[in-house]
Amino acid sequence: MRWLLLKDLQILRRSPLLVALLVIYPIVVSVLIGLALSRGPEKPRVAIVNEVPAGGEVISLGGEQVDTKQYSDQLYAAVDPVRVSSRAEAEELVRDGEVLGALIVPADITTKLQSGLEPATIEVLYNAEDPVKAQLVQDTIKSQVQDANAALTRKFTDVALGYLNLVVSGGDFSFLGRSFEVLGLGPAEQVLRQAQAKVRPNSPEARQIQQVISFARLARENLDLSDEVLSSVGQPIRVDARVVEGSGSAALSSFAVALAVTVSLMFVTLLLAAGTLALEREENAFRRLVRGLVSRTTLLAEKVGLAAACSSVVAVVMLCGLALFVELEWARFPLWVVAAVAAALGFAAMGAAIGALAREVRAASLLAFMVSLPIAFLALVPSGAVSGALYDVTQAISALFPFDPALAAVGAALDGSGGLLGPLVHLLVLTLAFGVAARLGLRRFG
Amino acid sequence: MLEARGVSKRYGARHAVREVSLTARAGELVAIIGPNGAGKTTLLSILAGETRPDGGTVSRPPTEIGWVPQQPALYGRLTVAENLRLFARLERCADVSAAVERMLVQTGLGDRAADRVETLSGGNRQRVNVAIGLLSEPAVLLLDEPSTALDPGQRERLWEFLRALVEGGTAIVYSTHNVQEAERHAHRVVVLADGEVVYVGSPRELEDTVGATGLGFEAAFVEFLRRRGH
Ligand SMILES: Nc1ncnc2c1ncn2[C@@H]1O[C@H](COP(=O)(O)OP(=O)(O)O)[C@@H](O)[C@H]1O
Ligand SMILES: [Mg+2]
Repeated sequence: MRWLLLKDLQILRRSPLLVALLVIYPIVVSVLIGLALSRGPEKPRVAIVNEVPAGGEVISLGGEQVDTKQYSDQLYAAVDPVRVSSRAEAEELVRDGEVLGALIVPADITTKLQSGLEPATIEVLYNAEDPVKAQLVQDTIKSQVQDANAALTRKFTDVALGYLNLVVSGGDFSFLGRSFEVLGLGPAEQVLRQAQAKVRPNSPEARQIQQVISFARLARENLDLSDEVLSSVGQPIRVDARVVEGSGSAALSSFAVALAVTVSLMFVTLLLAAGTLALEREENAFRRLVRGLVSRTTLLAEKVGLAAACSSVVAVVMLCGLALFVELEWARFPLWVVAAVAAALGFAAMGAAIGALAREVRAASLLAFMVSLPIAFLALVPSGAVSGALYDVTQAISALFPFDPALAAVGAALDGSGGLLGPLVHLLVLTLAFGVAARLGLRRFG
Repeated sequence: MLEARGVSKRYGARHAVREVSLTARAGELVAIIGPNGAGKTTLLSILAGETRPDGGTVSRPPTEIGWVPQQPALYGRLTVAENLRLFARLERCADVSAAVERMLVQTGLGDRAADRVETLSGGNRQRVNVAIGLLSEPAVLLLDEPSTALDPGQRERLWEFLRALVEGGTAIVYSTHNVQEAERHAHRVVVLADGEVVYVGSPRELEDTVGATGLGFEAAFVEFLRRRGH
C-alpha cells in the first residue's frame, strides 16, 4: 500500500497538467463564484402588505406636513413589488418561494412616527433557504429603511430643535391657530436680574431670585448642547426581520465560501480518484497488481485514501486562502478539517466507482465531469423554483450523492449553520456505499 | 514444475478454454500455438492466476509464477528503474536493489535505467515487461505472445535470453500465433483451437502426424487444423 501510494504521488508529480488543473481549478472556481455573487442581481421580488389606510400616509411634525409615501415609494422602486392584501397571503408567498421576502407596513406606523415616542416597526419576512437571495432582500430593505430613517430623523431633529430654541431664546409659537409669545430662558434671566436689583441685597427674596437665575443659566447652557445629542438619536423606523422557512442563518459570505470549496473539492477528488484508478487499467498494471501482489480492496482503499488526502489538503488550503478575504472563524479550524476530510472521502469513493467503470484516464475524467455537474446543479435547485413534487425528487436524488451533504458539512463547519453530525454520517454512509459499488465494479470489469 | 488440469473458462455461452490440461517441466520450453481467438491468452492468464477459471486446477499459486502479459504492464511516467523497484517491493523481494540491478544487467537496460518508460521503444518496453516478470526469480515463466511487438533483431535477443533461462532450469510456457517461432523455439507444442487442445507433442511429431512431410511446418499445421474441422 505504501509503495503504491508513493508511486501514485510520483506519477502525480510528473503530471504537470493534472497538478496545474488541481491548483488552478479551485482558484478559478473561487473567483467565479465570488464574481457571480458580487455582481448585483436583478431586483428581488418582494411581497408588500401596506396596512396604512389610504390618506393616512401624511404625518404632521411640528406643524409641518410630511408625506411618508415618498419613502415607501423609494423602497418599492428598489424591489420588484408584489402587492398583497394580508399578512397571511404574504407569508404563504414567501413559504412557497414565489417571492424572496415580504415587507409588512403596520397600520400604526404613522401614529407612532407622529408621536415620536416609540419607534415604528416594519416587519420583513424572508425565505432563508437560499442565503444569497435572503441577503439581497435584507440588504435592499435595510438600505432603503436607512435612507428613510435618516430623512425622518432630520425632520424630527429640526422640529425638536425649533422647540428647544423657543425654550432657550423665546419667541412666537402658534398653536391651534393662536399665537403666543414665549419667554425664553435667556430673556427670563434678564427679567430676573432686573427684579433682583430691585430687592434688598442678601434678603431671602434676593437669594431665591439668585437660585432661579442660576437654574435658568444652567438650563440654557445645557440645552444649547442638546442639539448634538438630538441629532444622534436614532431610528424612527425599526426593521423586525424574521425567517419564514429553512435554517438560513448562513451568512452570504460563508455560504459562498462553502459552495466554492465544495465544488472544487468535488472536481478535484472525483478526478483524482477516478483518474488514478483508471490509470492502473490504462497501463495494464491493474491485472498484474491483483495477481497476488495487492488485493482489489487494498488497491481501492489506496486510491480513495490518496484522492481524499490530496483534495482535503487542497480544500483546507483554499479555506485558509479565502479566510484572508472573507471573515471566517479561525476557532472552527478543526471542524473545517473534519468536514473537508469527510466530504473528500465521500467524493473519493464516488470517484473510485467511476474509475472502476472506465478503462482509460480520459474516459474516467469525462465521466467524472459529466456526472458531477448535474449532481451539483440538482443540489442547488431552490425550493421555489420547481413544483413541490419535482423538488422532492431532486432532493431524493441529491441525497444519493455526496455533493449535498458535503455542502451542508462544509457550511456547518464554517459558521455552525445546521448541525455537522448529520451531514458527516450521511457522507460516511455514502463513502461506504460507493466503496462497495467500486469494489463490485472492479470485480465485474477488472 | 507446473501442472494444469481440466481448466475451463466460459464467456457467456462461448467456451474460451475447455477442459485444458498441460504440464511444463523444469528446463522445458513449451509453446502454445493456435490461430487468433483460440484461447491462448485466456489459458495463460488462468495459469498466471490473473483470470479465475470456471473449473480445473493449477498446481502453483500466482506468486510463484512469473507473468509477462502481451500488453506491457508498466507505468509510463516512472523510469525503468522505478518500475522495477516498485514491483520488486510489491513482490517482497528480499534484496530489492540487487534484484533491480540484476534485471537491468540481464535485460541489457542498464543505460536506460533513468529513462521514463513512456520514452522507450516498443521493444525496450517489452524488455522491461519481461524483466518485471522475472524479478522474483520464478521457477515458472509464462509469456503471452512475447515477440509480437519486436523487430527481428530484438526477437533474436529475446530468444537468446529465454534460452539461457531454460538452461538454468526455468520452465517456460509461451504463446504465439507464429508457427515458425514455435518450430524453432520449443521442446513441446500445444496446439489450441477453439479453446480445446487438439495436439501435444514435439514440432517434428506434429509434422509426422499430419503426414505431409515436405510441406514444411507451417503448411502442415494449417492442413492439420483443416482436417480437424477448424
Ligand atoms: N474478457 C472477455 N470477455 C468476453 N470474451 C472474451 C474475453 N476474453 C476473451 N474472450 C473471447 O475468448 C476467446 C479466446 O480469446 P483469447 O484467449 O484472447 O484468444 P487468443 O489469445 O488465442 O487470441 C475469443 O473468442 C475471445 O473473443
Ligand atoms: Mg491473445
